[in-house]
Amino acid sequence: MSTTGRTSKRRTKLDLDPATVRKARALAKKAGRPIVKLAEQHTTVAVERATLRLAGLEGADAEGTPWVNRLMDVVRADTGLEHGVALPVWDALVRGEAEDLSSLAQKASAGSVTFRLPEGKDAVRARTASRKQVARGIKRIDQRRVERDRLIKRQGDAPRKPWIYLIVATGDIYEDIPQAQQAAREGADVIAVIRSTGQSLLDYVPEGATREGFAGTYATQENFRLMRAALDESGKELGRYIRLTNYASGLCMPEIAALAGLERLDMMLNDSMYGILFRDINPVRTFVDQRFSRQVHARAGIIINTGEDNYLTTADAIEAAHTVTTSQLLNEYFAKEAGLEDWQLGLGHAFEIDPEVPDSFRMELAHALLARELFPDAPLKWMPPTRHMTGDVFRGYLLDGFFNLVGALTGQGILLVGMMTEAVVTPWISDRDLALQNVRYVMNAAGNLHEDFRPEPDGFIANRARQVLGESIDLLDRILEHDNGLLDAIADGTFGLMKRPADRGRGLDGVAKKSSVYYNPASEILEEPFETVASQPPQEPKREKKRRTL
Amino acid sequence: MTTAPEPHIVRPYGDTTGDGMVQISFTLPISSLGDQAKLAEGAAAQLANKMGMDPALVVHAKPMGPDFTFFVVYGRVHHLVDTSKVVVVERDYPLLTPKEANASIKRALRRRLTVVGACIGTDAHTVGIDAILNIKGFAGEKGLEYYRELKVVNLGAQVSVPQLVERAREEKADAVLVSQVVTQRDAHLLNTREMSAAFRESYPTDRRPLLIVGGPRFDESMAEELGVDRVFSRGTTPGEVASYLVHRLTTQRKAS
Repeated sequence: MSTTGRTSKRRTKLDLDPATVRKARALAKKAGRPIVKLAEQHTTVAVERATLRLAGLEGADAEGTPWVNRLMDVVRADTGLEHGVALPVWDALVRGEAEDLSSLAQKASAGSVTFRLPEGKDAVRARTASRKQVARGIKRIDQRRVERDRLIKRQGDAPRKPWIYLIVATGDIYEDIPQAQQAAREGADVIAVIRSTGQSLLDYVPEGATREGFAGTYATQENFRLMRAALDESGKELGRYIRLTNYASGLCMPEIAALAGLERLDMMLNDSMYGILFRDINPVRTFVDQRFSRQVHARAGIIINTGEDNYLTTADAIEAAHTVTTSQLLNEYFAKEAGLEDWQLGLGHAFEIDPEVPDSFRMELAHALLARELFPDAPLKWMPPTRHMTGDVFRGYLLDGFFNLVGALTGQGILLVGMMTEAVVTPWISDRDLALQNVRYVMNAAGNLHEDFRPEPDGFIANRARQVLGESIDLLDRILEHDNGLLDAIADGTFGLMKRPADRGRGLDGVAKKSSVYYNPASEILEEPFETVASQPPQEPKREKKRRTL
Repeated sequence: MTTAPEPHIVRPYGDTTGDGMVQISFTLPISSLGDQAKLAEGAAAQLANKMGMDPALVVHAKPMGPDFTFFVVYGRVHHLVDTSKVVVVERDYPLLTPKEANASIKRALRRRLTVVGACIGTDAHTVGIDAILNIKGFAGEKGLEYYRELKVVNLGAQVSVPQLVERAREEKADAVLVSQVVTQRDAHLLNTREMSAAFRESYPTDRRPLLIVGGPRFDESMAEELGVDRVFSRGTTPGEVASYLVHRLTTQRKAS
């Protein structure tokens, strides 16, 4: 085996102009900065409920409504959302209204506790008590992170890059488990459990082990726990740590991020704008929830996967190529701002160009290479064709082979395995087996081809990459021309065809501007500098820092 | 004795007319490791025989773990296909260009025709409804938003049936388009029936908007059973939907 190909190579394959790249990043920062400010000034019911979850409040009432929702609703009715949940709740606990959070939630929903906003010494006491309890939850997340590192050391890591990412989605966690374990045996390094279709618009996290879902399985703490335990078992059996992925998106993303940290999930889908553009969730709600969930992921050592593939499934993959780059730049800015490191940025992109278009493969290569060179240290997530999978499984199999080849040529970090039966059925056992043979063949035959591959400096690929980067800079410029920057751009449909004004969309009633006494112990702890014991990705080869002189 | 082949009777074609050759693949939950290989291939051949393939040639048997085997089988079938007995929903309306569609609406209604579209239930896959409604369109045809005489209200994903009825009333919809992609546990059929029942309940029969449902897994002959006016299946283009709308809402309104 040769080296992983980073040694004797010339510096970059596309020779992007460093000044242009710097400009693109500067524009993304300029567009993102006001959004971060906005996020800092607001809170949401989901952020507050996530705080309660970090403090250890679990479970649901007889009707299945989580206690965090019940408690949040009562507190909100008594003192409002704008001060946060911590002060009124721990004030009540300090006053001795209940002996713990769980009984407080029960009493509160029975109507036997009234909350108030503490002042003076009472406020100090409530702050201290809340911080102490929430810190325990965050410590638990830290422990889970250390545990992951230890397990990877003990069991071994995925044997190669890209990691092979497979999806299970039966709706029934007890069906998912054997399927996931079988997928791991067949070679999956990462298992993603797709969520039930409706979940992103639920304003609560369902509770317990679930056996029914539509086109996916509900994300619940218990389901996380069950699947984690099963994959730890597989890791032991197979001698490599199997990573688990779920979705921190939709109306509950901060809570799901917290649960992911507590239950040692390894990757989470987490995009800065997906909920707004594709789910019609209110922009402010999304940006606030996003920032908190990213902070949790940063702390938990979770790799985020962003959702740029969605731009290509709803618009033409050639015309919209630059929207992917723009979104990647924004996601990178938002992620770094929240404390995520390069190795945690699974920036997304996809192989979705119409195969009938001449030179479609060269364009795919150009786009993938552009992402690789713009984000040299990020484990990019490479997603397979879906739009042009027609039901002709034979043609689809070939298309997936070419998708895999682009992955090999451009050093993708995470490869979502394409299924030839995409758009026909949920994958059969044989579909998965054939798909993995496809990946294995390409990686075995051409996995190191990138060492020999360098596109002509002025050729089709390099020019196309430069063109897309240029168009993405133009788009960022257009975003910044708006009075209110990104918010207005989202409102008037600058991003694709979807118009999403800041005062509309789902979940807006769960947003409040923070008051001057607002306090949230989780945010406070997450904003503090964090000493990572093992923040380095295990077995990640040391990169030459020189490459980051962009 | 040879009779001239009847053109509506056909057999599958491999490389010779009338050879009846087909190819199938499937998985059996049995092992083909080691000395079990012969038994597994025999099992696959047996299934193929029972399906009418004779002779059946098991060309590929691949173990998938200890418990499953994947097979590819080639073989001859003796069944005849009678194309004169195939039942299909033929297109019963003329295909119009956007220009012709606009002209017809203008002439017959003297106002814009209003279409309300949505994905109902928990279905969040707006691919279908967007392909038909968004100006971007599908298969080289522009979506309904492109038609000057069509007013398109796209409610997007996860719209509840009551919300849909309410918006349809508000907008005085001439037609309601519903897309359903998710088919787990027959969700697409259940949701469609719920939707058509709700419209029937809240509108007098002669005022009810045209109900159209579409999605990749629908059977176009199920319209009546689902209580809708029309079902569109995989591969439907915006132009077909627009032409159908014009046909139903301009010609028949005139007649009544």
